Amino acid sequence: MFSLATIFENIKTLLENYWQVFIFEGVKYTLILSAIAVFFGSIFGIVIALGRMSNWRPFHSLNKKKAKKGFIYKLSEFNPISFLCSAYTEILRDTPLLLQLYFFVIILPTIIKFVDFSMFTWTSIALALNSAAYVSELVRSGIQAVDKGQTEAARSLGMNKTQTMVKVVLPQAVKNILPAIGSEFVSIIKETSMASTFFIGDLMTSYLKVKGATYLALEALIIVAVIYFILTFVLSKIILAYERRLNSK
Amino acid sequence: MIQTIDLYKSFGDLQVLKGINEHVAPREVISIIGPSGGGKSTFLRCLNMLETPDSGQIFFEGVDITSEKVDIDLHRQKMGMVFQHFNVFPHLSVLENVTLAPTVVKKISKIEANEQAMELLNRVGLADKANESATSLSGGQKQRLAIVRALAMEPDVMLFDEPTSALDPEMVGEVLDVIKGLVKDGMTSVIVTHEMGFAKEVSDRVVFMDGGIVAEEGTPDEIFGNPQNPRTKDFLSKVLY
Repeated sequence: MFSLATIFENIKTLLENYWQVFIFEGVKYTLILSAIAVFFGSIFGIVIALGRMSNWRPFHSLNKKKAKKGFIYKLSEFNPISFLCSAYTEILRDTPLLLQLYFFVIILPTIIKFVDFSMFTWTSIALALNSAAYVSELVRSGIQAVDKGQTEAARSLGMNKTQTMVKVVLPQAVKNILPAIGSEFVSIIKETSMASTFFIGDLMTSYLKVKGATYLALEALIIVAVIYFILTFVLSKIILAYERRLNSK
Repeated sequence: MIQTIDLYKSFGDLQVLKGINEHVAPREVISIIGPSGGGKSTFLRCLNMLETPDSGQIFFEGVDITSEKVDIDLHRQKMGMVFQHFNVFPHLSVLENVTLAPTVVKKISKIEANEQAMELLNRVGLADKANESATSLSGGQKQRLAIVRALAMEPDVMLFDEPTSALDPEMVGEVLDVIKGLVKDGMTSVIVTHEMGFAKEVSDRVVFMDGGIVAEEGTPDEIFGNPQNPRTKDFLSKVLY
């Protein structure tokens, strides 16, 4: 009963009967979810990264004696924005995505009642916020990978912090960041599979559907695996080619 | 033009500057020599506040630039700095490296900036490279570009932080020639260097720094011909064979 020939035959039948489910539901929603997560995640991630690297010290003037240690010194160096942004990154990176999905899809809608979001929207929000935490680290390390001498050279010419960031550091950091965000997109594609927990319609959900209708678990799983593989493999090759082009410039 | 009063600076537990009192007169050329870790570079980087001194004051053209009320960017425009590792902007062309600060900071027009930049590049023999990427240059060319980039802001004083230390030996000459040309035109300069022959040739005054203090200073003839401090003697005997 467990013969390769039967499996191939079943896969063929599944593809013939359910290809719309795999492509027009599964692939479509997986790509939409991933794109939303990466797009908004990137924008929010950049904001978080800049927040972490900001230099706002509201209590700086308290340290009149210019102490180098002690409570007053620590308070004078304290940056609330940076602290909140670090806390955000750490919390979202150090708890499981599935847990965050439960929180956003099941718990939050019972608390926040004045908005009427669909489950799909809540899932997108959760994925985007999670992605933002990772992107912010990519952005931060991409910026910090730019040689410190570049900043010093720009500042020594009289450019202020913003000018230095915009004209000198960021253009160089983009080369480090863009390929990394591409890889983030690839891993998001795989992580969207967790959305199937809530039957969102992504590729993994289409597996659940087809399996439920046909009881052909292995065959459906193989099809979904191959589609995931093709999506991520092709995408990483595109990113690699793009990265090479960036570096050759 | 520049005066420092009692500069102190530590990195963690390491005290790098232990009370530096120096002054730089207009059109004066000062070389700072001394062993590594003696505080030469830190002192130079304090002069344009790339390092913030822990205590002490720095007066530049009459203004205490260590004060927190001072807009340091304004004063840095008047102080050109050249770094050991060139720090040219790799994402820009040679020409753009020179025009960036004048257009962004001084807001002069692109056309005007390009004209001025080409003139400067011509002076250091890089005009034909203007549209190439800065990364395509050799070390010596990069450093000449870095000098021109600083000059484009029309500074009143130039700070050189070991400008030839990272260069291949055969490229040292071309960079030193550019600095000599500047000095001859009357550019006030402070030069941290290990090139003793060069220091002797161009300087009005040589400052020997060791252990975070100015151990000895004087004319090149005094320092190289007849050093008084035993540490100066010891250092020079090691570097002058």
